[in-house]
Amino acid sequence: MENVTDSATPAALAEIRDDFLALEQSERLQLLLEFSNELPELPERYRDHPDLFERVAECQSPVFLFVEVDDADVVHLFVTAPRESPTTRGFASILVQGLAGLTADEVLAVPDDYPQALGLTQAVSPLRLRGMGALLGRAKHQVSAKRASD
Amino acid sequence: MTVQADPAEKFTAYAHPERLVSTEWLAAHLGEPGLVVVESDEDVLLYETGHIPGSVKIDWHTDLNDPVVRDYIDGERFAQVVGSKGIGRDTTVVIYGDKNNWWAAYALWVFTLFGHEDVRLLDGGRDKWIAEGRELTTDATAAESVDYPIVARDDSTVRAFKEDVLSHLGNGPLIDVRSFEEYTGERTEIPGYPTEGALRPGHIPTAASVPWAKAAAPDATFKSRAELEQVYLDGAGLAPGDDVIAYCRIGERSSHTWFVLTHLLGFENVKNYDGSWTEWGSAVRVPIAQGAEAGTLA
Repeated sequence: MENVTDSATPAALAEIRDDFLALEQSERLQLLLEFSNELPELPERYRDHPDLFERVAECQSPVFLFVEVDDADVVHLFVTAPRESPTTRGFASILVQGLAGLTADEVLAVPDDYPQALGLTQAVSPLRLRGMGALLGRAKHQVSAKRASD
Repeated sequence: MTVQADPAEKFTAYAHPERLVSTEWLAAHLGEPGLVVVESDEDVLLYETGHIPGSVKIDWHTDLNDPVVRDYIDGERFAQVVGSKGIGRDTTVVIYGDKNNWWAAYALWVFTLFGHEDVRLLDGGRDKWIAEGRELTTDATAAESVDYPIVARDDSTVRAFKEDVLSHLGNGPLIDVRSFEEYTGERTEIPGYPTEGALRPGHIPTAASVPWAKAAAPDATFKSRAELEQVYLDGAGLAPGDDVIAYCRIGERSSHTWFVLTHLLGFENVKNYDGSWTEWGSAVRVPIAQGAEAGTLA
């Protein structure tokens, strides 16, 4: 069966995926926790503008997401999630790190089922993984909207 | 009960005061033989960021659910899960969690399916423990495995299936504990963004809307008996002796309400309909009401 996810997944995301798959189940949760601790703080220009952010309603905790597409067509993703939601922060951090430096086209080509490719279904549960799918979906939606308005 | 009940005055007015412990009581009893403290959260990683010393983690999603069929684990698996965490049949289990004890209540409800006698909630849960500056640790808990008997799961006493709800309709009260927007059917999905949803919005006809948070005080503790009676008896029209079925979307918020009705207000026949709206809202030919009114059976 053709592995669609494999061929279309950008290098950074593929590496993250492979790092998870190389671990035992219990260690995968630890890695997710590490990602969660690495979620970058918002840059100064966004810290006082909560109005610019889109609320990701599918996540049960308050998660906000914002995309910039710069003049070189490179996407910059900003996500906030509270400290009390480490799993969501972990998901957000994977996406922020994995999408860093990608162009709008490359982001739009990321397979929608990438969250399910991480090998976290057993440790985290399919229901929670939908939150990550929602983050990715909304990021792509914003990318489309922002380049259309350029 | 292996460990004494918490004699706190706040609890004495409740129907079953032995089902709650205060943070003060727990701090004093930590480490006592016969007591196991369990953390059960919405977020599967929260325990790892810091937990009550000596506590073990039970995750509702990954530990208590069947991986394939939409159902809970069986007696054999339950015995394995709890036994491996040092919980014996006579152990006093205290469960706490984030989000006003939503998932802690759901875990307690699952323990109830297996007839574990002494299981209690920490009033105020994780948030209150933290707000009071009490000790948290990231140290792993070395739980000593014990034997737990294999008990057949009891699905008839506190659990309702779709068929039970259909025969209950018109014969007893239903409580819908979701937000009002979900109850009326106003809250719809944004196209292209799948949620934990259903094909049709609305509520089960005749169900009263009592969002679950009406049972909780701002510090995540349960409201007093008098306040709870105002919400559920005066407000929702429940009368002592009623057989009640509570539901939400997947049964987690309604288990919080089940706990309130059963253990705090003393209703003796309360069931949690765990299929809840994710089942009812997508089921063929079941009655649905929309809008603010409870509705009637056609």
